[in-house]
Amino acid sequence: MTSNRRDFLKIAGASALTLMTPAVFRPVWAQDITRIPGQSITPAKALTAKRWAMAVDPLKCRDGCVDCIAACHATHNVPDFGNRKDEIKWIWTEPFAAAFSGENHAYYGQSIQNMQLPVLCNHCANPPCVRVCPTKATFKRPDGIVMMDYHRCIGCRLCMAACPYGARSMNYRDPRPFIAKINPDFPTRTKGVVEKCNFCEERLAKGLLPACVLACEQKALVFGDVENPASEIRLALGKRFNLRRRAHLGTAPQVYYIL
Amino acid sequence: MLEKALKGSRGYWVWIAFLLAVVATGFFFYLRQLDYGLGVTGMSRDVSWGLYIAQFTFLVGVAASAVMLVLPYYLHDYKAFGKITVLGEFLAVSAVIMCVLFVFVDLGQPSRVMNVLLHPAPTSILFWDMIVLSGYLLINIIIGWVILSCNRKEIPPPQWVKQLIYLSIPWAISIHTVTAFIYAGLPGRSFWLTAIMAPRFLASAFASGPALLIIVCLILKRYGRFDAGEKAIQALSKIVAYALAVSIFFVLVEVFTVFYSGMPEHEAPFIYLFAGLEGHHNLVPWMWTSAVLAFAALGMLILPPIRRKEGLLAIACIAVFVSLWIEKGLGLVVTGFIPSPLEQITEYFPTGTEIAITLGVWAVGFLILTLFYQIFVAVRSGIDGVRHDEAAANMKD
Amino acid sequence: MKKNKWGMIALGLVIFLIMVTFPFWYGKGSKTPPPVLSLDTPVIHEMKEKRCVEDTSFMRANHMKMLNAWRDEAVREGHRQYTAKDGRTYEKSLSGTCIQCHSNREQFCTRCHDYVGAKPTCFNCHVVPGEVNK
Repeated sequence: MTSNRRDFLKIAGASALTLMTPAVFRPVWAQDITRIPGQSITPAKALTAKRWAMAVDPLKCRDGCVDCIAACHATHNVPDFGNRKDEIKWIWTEPFAAAFSGENHAYYGQSIQNMQLPVLCNHCANPPCVRVCPTKATFKRPDGIVMMDYHRCIGCRLCMAACPYGARSMNYRDPRPFIAKINPDFPTRTKGVVEKCNFCEERLAKGLLPACVLACEQKALVFGDVENPASEIRLALGKRFNLRRRAHLGTAPQVYYIL
Repeated sequence: MLEKALKGSRGYWVWIAFLLAVVATGFFFYLRQLDYGLGVTGMSRDVSWGLYIAQFTFLVGVAASAVMLVLPYYLHDYKAFGKITVLGEFLAVSAVIMCVLFVFVDLGQPSRVMNVLLHPAPTSILFWDMIVLSGYLLINIIIGWVILSCNRKEIPPPQWVKQLIYLSIPWAISIHTVTAFIYAGLPGRSFWLTAIMAPRFLASAFASGPALLIIVCLILKRYGRFDAGEKAIQALSKIVAYALAVSIFFVLVEVFTVFYSGMPEHEAPFIYLFAGLEGHHNLVPWMWTSAVLAFAALGMLILPPIRRKEGLLAIACIAVFVSLWIEKGLGLVVTGFIPSPLEQITEYFPTGTEIAITLGVWAVGFLILTLFYQIFVAVRSGIDGVRHDEAAANMKD
Repeated sequence: MKKNKWGMIALGLVIFLIMVTFPFWYGKGSKTPPPVLSLDTPVIHEMKEKRCVEDTSFMRANHMKMLNAWRDEAVREGHRQYTAKDGRTYEKSLSGTCIQCHSNREQFCTRCHDYVGAKPTCFNCHVVPGEVNK
């Protein structure tokens, strides 16, 4: 199944229709599913791809906007400890000089120097974190998402040392008391495990785009199947100059910055 | 043989009681860490490894250094080491046990530690490190124990132990190589990303381990009724001198490559270590202490008249040990995280809790070492009492 | 001296045996009544046919194995749909399926786990909706 925005809207529309139809006229795939309140999964609805990727257009970002961060962190029960030492973050912003230190020079004007870029896990095609994990708690799915199995993580933090993007956070203490409002649809983490962005795989399974992508009013984030030549992200990447962070390390990051 | 550890002087028991107290204190603070999480340490999102992993790295070297006794004796028939290879093996055993404990206390979810075996990941260097370390532990326990038992019965060790000893030589090299690979294979950490990491580790290990052995031998000679023999100690001190020289050389090679190539990513951690970066110079006094001690010790050890004086030799060995402990036990691990991938400089300060746990683990190691050496001395004095003339012969040549 | 040694060994063995068998004779005679598990939740009330994913005896004996299997299949393989023995399908999800009916964790899960001395860590992370909307 393709997964560009138009297809997504079609699917979303179709799903909305099924909600309005009386139970008798349910599509075939839904008939044998025992209805349990709150249950929203049907395999047919899931968004799938050969390789998920994201394109970021930071020039579209509003000054000081944190909509994507707020949406992600609320969805995934990311705690706020209020200090840098214990900090946990899945997506956040960095100035150009930090995100692209190799590309920076002194003659960039104020507008470029002040630009804040959203950064997150790059879901590398050649992920060092997966290579080093001693328990396969971090693994790469066939669709390119670099996933964490929080059940299995022993908290050795080798992945944090291996990640060249600083995308990983450790639960140095129990996060629960520091989550403003717990979203019951997504688990919290326990102390002692590492965590990071999961490209909203739990939402993709339900047919929803990532929370950050939907939250962005400026449409600065484009998400899709980079292996599908007709997808929106492929068109964006094909047309406009774009960079990946520290691509020379050979990690093949899958978050592209359109500049 | 174990019962021999139960007989000792008053000083022995005071030392044991002191170590037990340090272990108990460490354990108390470990329970706190277990309850609260690793947040009780100074580690942070940016500097995610600290004192624990640094001690682990340093002690792998100490463990590997047993090979510096085994190799000359078994491959080159260097007789002077005959009496003390067992000391090296027991040092390796207690060092590996400390290594394992340091990795364990560093885990965020220690109850899941068996996942490393339940879900083995052959692409992970940590997985291989676990295998080589546990193998090395087993090999050295067996060798040390069998050799000592044979010494006691005054029979030659069985042939199969010889095979095991030959195996232990490359195995010792492997534990420190694999440990270096944990660091040297990470793409984003320029400070560690160097092919000379494993050779550097080995060189510093072959200096710090034998230095510790010399100190221990001198202590045993003074308080423990055991004389390793001057020839053995002098041979060890030469090993320390050469290994230290190679170790210093390797660091300088690294410094040349980093600064002559002028790549900022590679320069920054070294500038942080020796000059401080953007106002952060936590480790600068430590690193200069380490550098000065290393050169001073090298000067003392390469001059035969100085290293022949036991008092000066002891000072030089302490200098070597402290210098290399600072280099690996403080500098190497923490600096890998500075600056962070996002150009942030986060300094690391170990907390009191962390230091107490660290001391606790060291005390466990020294406790095991003390018990082993007590048994060793008791066994040896049994032999040497009978064969006093042999010891005297050893001293002469 | 020799006799004394054997005496000490025997004493040590006796102490060891007492300590090892302590749990068996300590609880002897006393009886803790088995817990009463409550199925009194709004969702279960509304169900016409009151049945779990599998039948009760199977669930009682195997729910932990099943949850472990669900966990690995859903998280690691992305297989999220479970087909029960009777052909009905369910989402492999503790919060999304189990807890929707068994929303009374204290009266259902915890009571029995306490009784048998099991300490599962599921709820360190997974959330019972009713427990968080404070």
